[in-house]
Amino acid sequence: MMAIRRSMLFIPGNHPGMLQNGGVFGADSVILDLEDAVAPTEKDAARRLVGMALKNADYGDSEKVVRINPLDCDGAVDIAAIVPCAPDAILLPKVQNAAELREAAALIASAEVAGQKPVKIIALIETPRGLANALEIAEADPRVVALAFGAEDYTAGLGAVRSKEGGEILTARALLINAAAAAGIDAIDTPFTDANDDAGLAEDAGLARRIGFKGKLAINPRQVDVIHEAFNPSEKEIDWAERVVFAIEQAQAQGSGVIAVDGKMVDAPIVNRAKRTLEMARMLGLKKEDGQ
Amino acid sequence: MMINAIGREIPEVVEGYGPVKSFAGAFATPPGMQRQAPAVKAARPGDSKLLDGLEEVFRRIPVRDGMTLSFHHHFRNGDGVVNQVLATAARLGIKNLKVALSSVFPVHAPLVEHFKTGVVTALDTNYMSGPVAEAVSRGVLAQPVVLRTHGGRARAIECGQLKIDVAFIAAPAADPCGNINGVTGPTACGSLGYAFPDAEYADHVVAVTDHLEAYPLSPVSIPQTRVDYVVKIERIGDPKGIVSGTTRITKDPVQLKIADTAAKVIEAAGLIRDGFSFQTGAGGASLAVAHFVRQMMKKARITGSFALGGITGHLVEMLEEGLFKKIIDVQGFDLEAVRSIASNPNHLEVSAGFYASPFNAGCAVNQLDCVILGATEIDTDFNVNVVTGSDGVIMGGSGGHSDAAAGAGLTIVVANLLRGRLPIIMDKVLTATTPGETIDVLVTEWGVAVNPRRAELREQLLAAGLPVKEIGELKAIAEKMAGKPKEVPLGSRIVAVVEYRDGTVLDVVRQAK
Repeated sequence: MMAIRRSMLFIPGNHPGMLQNGGVFGADSVILDLEDAVAPTEKDAARRLVGMALKNADYGDSEKVVRINPLDCDGAVDIAAIVPCAPDAILLPKVQNAAELREAAALIASAEVAGQKPVKIIALIETPRGLANALEIAEADPRVVALAFGAEDYTAGLGAVRSKEGGEILTARALLINAAAAAGIDAIDTPFTDANDDAGLAEDAGLARRIGFKGKLAINPRQVDVIHEAFNPSEKEIDWAERVVFAIEQAQAQGSGVIAVDGKMVDAPIVNRAKRTLEMARMLGLKKEDGQ
Repeated sequence: MMINAIGREIPEVVEGYGPVKSFAGAFATPPGMQRQAPAVKAARPGDSKLLDGLEEVFRRIPVRDGMTLSFHHHFRNGDGVVNQVLATAARLGIKNLKVALSSVFPVHAPLVEHFKTGVVTALDTNYMSGPVAEAVSRGVLAQPVVLRTHGGRARAIECGQLKIDVAFIAAPAADPCGNINGVTGPTACGSLGYAFPDAEYADHVVAVTDHLEAYPLSPVSIPQTRVDYVVKIERIGDPKGIVSGTTRITKDPVQLKIADTAAKVIEAAGLIRDGFSFQTGAGGASLAVAHFVRQMMKKARITGSFALGGITGHLVEMLEEGLFKKIIDVQGFDLEAVRSIASNPNHLEVSAGFYASPFNAGCAVNQLDCVILGATEIDTDFNVNVVTGSDGVIMGGSGGHSDAAAGAGLTIVVANLLRGRLPIIMDKVLTATTPGETIDVLVTEWGVAVNPRRAELREQLLAAGLPVKEIGELKAIAEKMAGKPKEVPLGSRIVAVVEYRDGTVLDVVRQAK
């Protein structure tokens, strides 16, 4: 079954109330945060709190992800404490190269307990070097299921001026999407940092989806629904995908490999995209099951 | 002891209250009585109603020991009239007064001293918070407070069960002949709806104002035909205290989630259609529900019939956008509501009885499609407590809660599953203020529970993909997170009697320790 990560919602790891309620917003993934949300003096407490939350809180169908600290800032301690509490994935911040990724993967492997479902890795690319090495990071270990983009640190690293429209990060976004696609994994977009601007978020998320991201980080629960709206396949897209799949099935039944839909040639990558759209629509309940 | 229709144990007679008529069901008790009639008045040409100060009012009436003085609460925490009238009573050495104030706020703290000195020995109200509520809970009064609903107070006055000797009506604007309105003057508060029954049925009616206009005042909310005296004082209240709750939509993501779900419940019930009528409160999740409903109404391009109740600027905007044809206003919550009622003929001022009394020929809550209400606690039979907090201390009251719940076609309670660290769902609420038979849906951040009496509604919500759970399931989720709360230890003395809108007794409040 394909993973859906339209929204990945950060929950501060030092906030018991929010850790407890993190499951109610319907985010595809929750990211229990040990890094930026937590002051250095609070790290120990947050680590224990997040561990307890993983074991006791109800996150429903949401994927449970923990953002640890960078490996050179007690990330290894985080891994040792968190991995046995069975998160679905670790979000590894500020990844610069494949060696770092492999180091984290090895630490995760040694922290896993017998019988535990393997913990995945999502690599957060938020430095110019990390972006330059994005493909090797994506392919460094089979645990890596997605690259996520952190534009705030990245633009600081460039010396670029961050804007709402995001012209300064367009190249970075494209490079990251390309690396993820080349490795056959998901690309997740940077958060939209103005939690009070729903229209701006809708526009930004719409752009992210059109250029190839599969989802977006969220810094506020109020952003989840807007992001889902942007990443959900539209009725028109579902309808198109149904016609593509129907046409290819007909063609295959008649022994022909070439089809056209709406007067346009359809080949294998397009068929795959149509199938993915239908699978996503089915999983999200946007389309009735066949026969219903 | 007897057991009423919602399983509460009630004494047959409560000392200081009298024989108890047991709650038998939301619409089970017929009125079977006549309206009360105050003495007929006369005035001659040349008579003047203008008196010089409150002391003269006391002497002229005259106010005596043991009388019942009534007040409205339209100034909420900005009220200045109650304190000044009672200070006058204290100065004149009057004792044993009963205060019938439609709601008590922290600003009324001086009442506690009047309780202690015996100036005031009885209280009749629909809501109380702050030092007075705290003192009552600790047992400052020998006689239990009667806690009514807004509609129930109108009924009690009309039926003579709450007999008012003198109604002191705080009047934002008045003329020398006693015409009153709430929309002009420095302390304009909008609707004066809660004062209407007092003006109609009290033996003596006094307009207390700080803004005297030339005769004839217009518009007229309470007419000169019902007002005996007019007195001008320096200041009747603080306009800043009038604004209630918050006029901004909450940013709390959990409350927004609850509000969003509540709006989806309304939609799933098929109510987002032309003619929709709606009531919701100010602040917190309630206002946010109005925000989401507004978006749905716009999207569906429908025109609702009316919004009812305490009115906020948000509902005024919906009227002005054409989303509702009318507003029926018993009390304004902010200055936008005041502006609108003063200028928009589709914004109607109505009395407490028109709003919610169960014993007249029809009240407005009966026309409601949907009401959004809060809860301090709710039990697995859907009975709601909005009177006592988790420590057993009084911190509120029904106000219009039980009235609107009984009247509306769809009654939705919105509440966080955990309040602080305590689950809000219990086996039995500490104090029952609204019977479960009148509550249809509970919406929390962890899911929605439907009253088993509404099986068809449950199906509608399930079909719409809403997270429907049994109320027991939600209770279990809350207890898994927070544990099961311990019972609050209470004294045996009864400090308040909770009357249902029809005058039967739903519950009693016992002394807090």
